[in-house]
Amino acid sequence: MNKIILLLLMSLMLTSSVNAGTDGENNFSKKDKNQVKDCFESINRASFSLNEGLDQIIFKPVAKAYRVLPSSVRTGTSNVLVNLSSLVTIPNNILQGDLKKAGINVGRFVVNTTVGILGIFDVAEKMNFPEYEKEDYGQTLGAWGVGPGCYVVLPVLGPSTVRDTAGSFINILGGDPYYNASTHGNNEYLTTSQYMTTKILTGVDFRAKNLETIDNLKKNSLDFYASVKSLYLQDRQRKIANANATIEVLYEGDWEEIDSQ
Amino acid sequence: MSSKKILTTISFLIIFFLNIEKVYSIEPDVFVQSTVNRAAKTLGGNLTKKERIDKLKEIASETVDINGIGYYTLGTYRKNINDKQIKQYELLFEQYFLKSFSSRLAEYSNPEIEVVSKKKINENYTMVSSILVSTEQRPEVKIDWRIYTKNPENPKIRDLIIEGLSLARTQKEEFSSIIQSNDGDINALFSTLKEFIK
Repeated sequence: MNKIILLLLMSLMLTSSVNAGTDGENNFSKKDKNQVKDCFESINRASFSLNEGLDQIIFKPVAKAYRVLPSSVRTGTSNVLVNLSSLVTIPNNILQGDLKKAGINVGRFVVNTTVGILGIFDVAEKMNFPEYEKEDYGQTLGAWGVGPGCYVVLPVLGPSTVRDTAGSFINILGGDPYYNASTHGNNEYLTTSQYMTTKILTGVDFRAKNLETIDNLKKNSLDFYASVKSLYLQDRQRKIANANATIEVLYEGDWEEIDSQ
Repeated sequence: MSSKKILTTISFLIIFFLNIEKVYSIEPDVFVQSTVNRAAKTLGGNLTKKERIDKLKEIASETVDINGIGYYTLGTYRKNINDKQIKQYELLFEQYFLKSFSSRLAEYSNPEIEVVSKKKINENYTMVSSILVSTEQRPEVKIDWRIYTKNPENPKIRDLIIEGLSLARTQKEEFSSIIQSNDGDINALFSTLKEFIK
């Protein structure tokens, strides 16, 4: 029953996202093709304030405590989490038609899980595997041409778009082998609480790596909500375009008419 | 002097002046490396926080196209404001930018930045790629620099793209959000900038 509700919810989101994507393109082509509508701004700002409060009370202190751990422990934890994320990256590589990357990532996962002892050591990096790039179902939907839809700020989880939120639902509808094994796997090694722990650890690890950056951004922002929104949307746009080396092309038109010399 | 000699001298002078721009042009990657070396020297030296910020402001004033970034940041709104408002904006933006920029950088101590490559986009822009070398506390960070090269003798920084995220674009969207949430009133932006500069 839960699955049916989730599927219906996701279909609804994707349908509205496809429409929003098309509308957005037509309207914004006159202004800014990269702009994403903030349809629920007042709710989003309230949700953002809630998250900021939670960050001050829970996430930031926990991340600070995590930073006290020896760097070898933090690196090992981070490596395990990255290794687990490749279970979602690999099917998305395939869905995006990038079979070569899928093959490389399968190799990386096998090497790091076995020789690297459950991913604690990034042996693949030492073996000169290409740099790892995470992929998720939101990116795949974007690569398939589904528009981002409206920008949303989810309580606790943070910034997203309608498309990316729908993409996250795919994980728990069978798209994440780690979730399937730990929640429906009927095995004695993995449980739902272990899955939840790794998700929480992923958040803590991210926050700990960005303690100063986020503080600095907050201190120097005129509108912190708008800054976070801009950074999130730029990041997603870059990841969907797989535009590591060609980022400048995305914004080229904006600069052309500025003449100050 | 024979007419042949005069002709040779004139030809030499013409060629010299035609090439003078090339002689004095500064390569964007060399410009970035020398700028980051100056900043690193400031951040690594035994200066007080105030001295450090003042020195960073001085470097930014010389190497960053603050007016260009200011116009870009204002986006389409710059077409709807009068000359007096433009002047006011230029003054406020410069103070805002220098405070924000130096404050962001002052947090780093001994940053080691290595320029790795450059890519000419067109006559006006070259992207210079660099790496902020990792430390115990943070991983390696990729930083791309958008260099405005319209005047090759005096290249200027127009944007910093950190791990693919453009600072100028973030700033532009932030400014736009402030103006939009105040029904398009540019004075709301001016007030926010004044508040930040205080």
